[in-house]
Amino acid sequence: MGQANIHPLNPTRPIAVPTENPSPIEPAVRVRGFTRRFGDTVVLRDLNLDIAPGEFVALLGRSGSGKTTLLRTLAGLDPAEADSVRTPGARAVVFQDARLLPWKRIWRNVALGLPGADARERAEAALKEVGLGHRLDVWPVTLSGGEAQRAALARALVREPKLLLLDEPFAAVDALTRIRMHELVLSLWRTHAPAVLLVTHDVDEAITLADRVLVLDEGRIAAEERVDLPRPRESGPQFPAIRRRLLRALGLEVAPPPIEGGLVAYPTREALS
Amino acid sequence: MSPLVLILLWELGSRTGVIPPRILAAPSSVIQTAWGMLVSGELPMNMLVSLGRAAAGLAIGITLGSVLAVIAGLTRAGEHAVDPPVQMLRTLPILALSPLFIVWFGIGETPKIALITLGTTFPIYLNLYNGIRGVDPKLIEAARSFGLKGWDLIVEVVLPGALPAFLLGLRFALAGSWLILVVAEQINASAGLGYLINNARDFSRTDVIVVCLVVYALLGLGADAIVRTLERHALAWRASFIKS
Repeated sequence: MGQANIHPLNPTRPIAVPTENPSPIEPAVRVRGFTRRFGDTVVLRDLNLDIAPGEFVALLGRSGSGKTTLLRTLAGLDPAEADSVRTPGARAVVFQDARLLPWKRIWRNVALGLPGADARERAEAALKEVGLGHRLDVWPVTLSGGEAQRAALARALVREPKLLLLDEPFAAVDALTRIRMHELVLSLWRTHAPAVLLVTHDVDEAITLADRVLVLDEGRIAAEERVDLPRPRESGPQFPAIRRRLLRALGLEVAPPPIEGGLVAYPTREALS
Repeated sequence: MSPLVLILLWELGSRTGVIPPRILAAPSSVIQTAWGMLVSGELPMNMLVSLGRAAAGLAIGITLGSVLAVIAGLTRAGEHAVDPPVQMLRTLPILALSPLFIVWFGIGETPKIALITLGTTFPIYLNLYNGIRGVDPKLIEAARSFGLKGWDLIVEVVLPGALPAFLLGLRFALAGSWLILVVAEQINASAGLGYLINNARDFSRTDVIVVCLVVYALLGLGADAIVRTLERHALAWRASFIKS
C-alpha cells in the first residue's frame, strides 16, 4: 500500500507504527522485558509490546498462552513493576461475562464510580450510543447476553479510556449478535479512538477487527501480522493468507484451498481452544 | 381435614363434655376471652411488653451480629479474632444459658433481653459473614477495575452482594427471638405474654393460654411477613421478584 502512514479509516489519524520501528509518537502502552511467574510457571517471558494511541490490536493464543494474564496486567488487576509496564491512567475493561452488578439498574452500573453530578447524563449518553437508551432503568438480570455486553461496553466507554481492554467479550454471544457487536465496537472505536487490546480465540474476529494481530505462545509474542485491509473485511483476497499464517503460528497447519473460492473446512474457534 | 372442620369438632367435643375445660377450653370461650382481654387492655398491654423485649433483643443482636460479621468478613485479622470464638459459642444451646444469665443479671428485664440478643446475634453473624465472603470475586474485580476501592467498594459491591444472605439471617433471627421470648418470659416475669400464660396455668385457665398461643402464632406470622416485604423491596433486582 502506498499510503502506509495514512490510517485506512481516518486519514487525519496517523497509522500505528510497528514496534520494531520506534515512532516519534508516544505509545499508549509500552511493555519492556516483562516477565510474570506463578510459582515455577513462567506465564509471560521477557515480553515487549507497544500499542500506539488509537491502534486496534488483537491478541490470539491458545488457552494458557498468557494472553489473559497480559490483559489483566495492562488493566492493573495484576501487579507489575512500574518500569516494565506503562499504560495510560484512563483504561477500562470489558470482561467476557459482562459483570454488571445485579443490584444496580443499568444506568447506575454504567455510572459506577463516576465522579460528579452529571454522572447520570453521561451514563445515559453512553447507553444511547450502544443502543440501550430504552433500557436505562431495568435490572441487569433482564438483559440478554448481547445487551449485557453492550452495557458493559457503555460502562467502559463512559470513562473515556485511552486504553480499552476487551477480554473475549463476544465469546459467549450467538453468531448474529457477535457480528452486530463487531460493527458496534468498530464504530465506537472510530468515534472515541482509544487504543484497543482485544483478547480472543477467534482468528477471523481478530483479522476482521484489528490493525495488528499478535499471537502469544508460551509467554512470548510468536507472530505478528499487520492487517492493512480496508474495513469492513468480511472477505478479501488477502484474508485467507493472513488467516493461514496466524493459524500456523497457533500450531495448526492448514492446507491452502485447492480451488479458489471452493468449499474448505477451516478449523473453528472450538478446535483452537 | 380443613382447619375449620377441626375447630368445629373441637367445639363439638367441648359442648358434649368430651373435652373438659380444664384440659382445653372451647373455641367459642377462647374467642370470648380474647375479646374480653382485648377490650380490658390486658392483652394489648402485655403484648406490647413482649414485643418491646423482642425488639430490644433483636436490635442489639442484629447490630452486634452485623458488626462482628463485617469485621470478620472484610479483614483477615478480624476473621482470626472473631470467627473462632463465635463458631465455638454458637454450638451452645442458648436456652441452656438462662440459669447463668439469672445469676449474672437477676430476674428483671436484662436476662430476657440478653437471651434474645444472644439468640439473634448468631444467625445474623453466620449468614452475613458467609454472604460477605460469598460475594462474587469477579464483580469485586470488575468494580476495582473501574476505580472503586475502600469504603466505596464495600458500600457499592460487598454489602449489597451480601444482602440476600443477611435477610435470610434476619428470618432465622426473628424466628429464634420468638422462641427464646416464650421461654425467657417464663422466668419470673410480671408482665408480658409469658406472664399471662404462667398466671393462667396457675388458675387452670386454658382459654387464656390458648389466646396467648394464638397471639404468639400471629406475631410470628407478622414477623415473617415483614421480612418478606423487606426482601421484595431490597432484592427487587432478583429475577424472582421482577414482574413479568
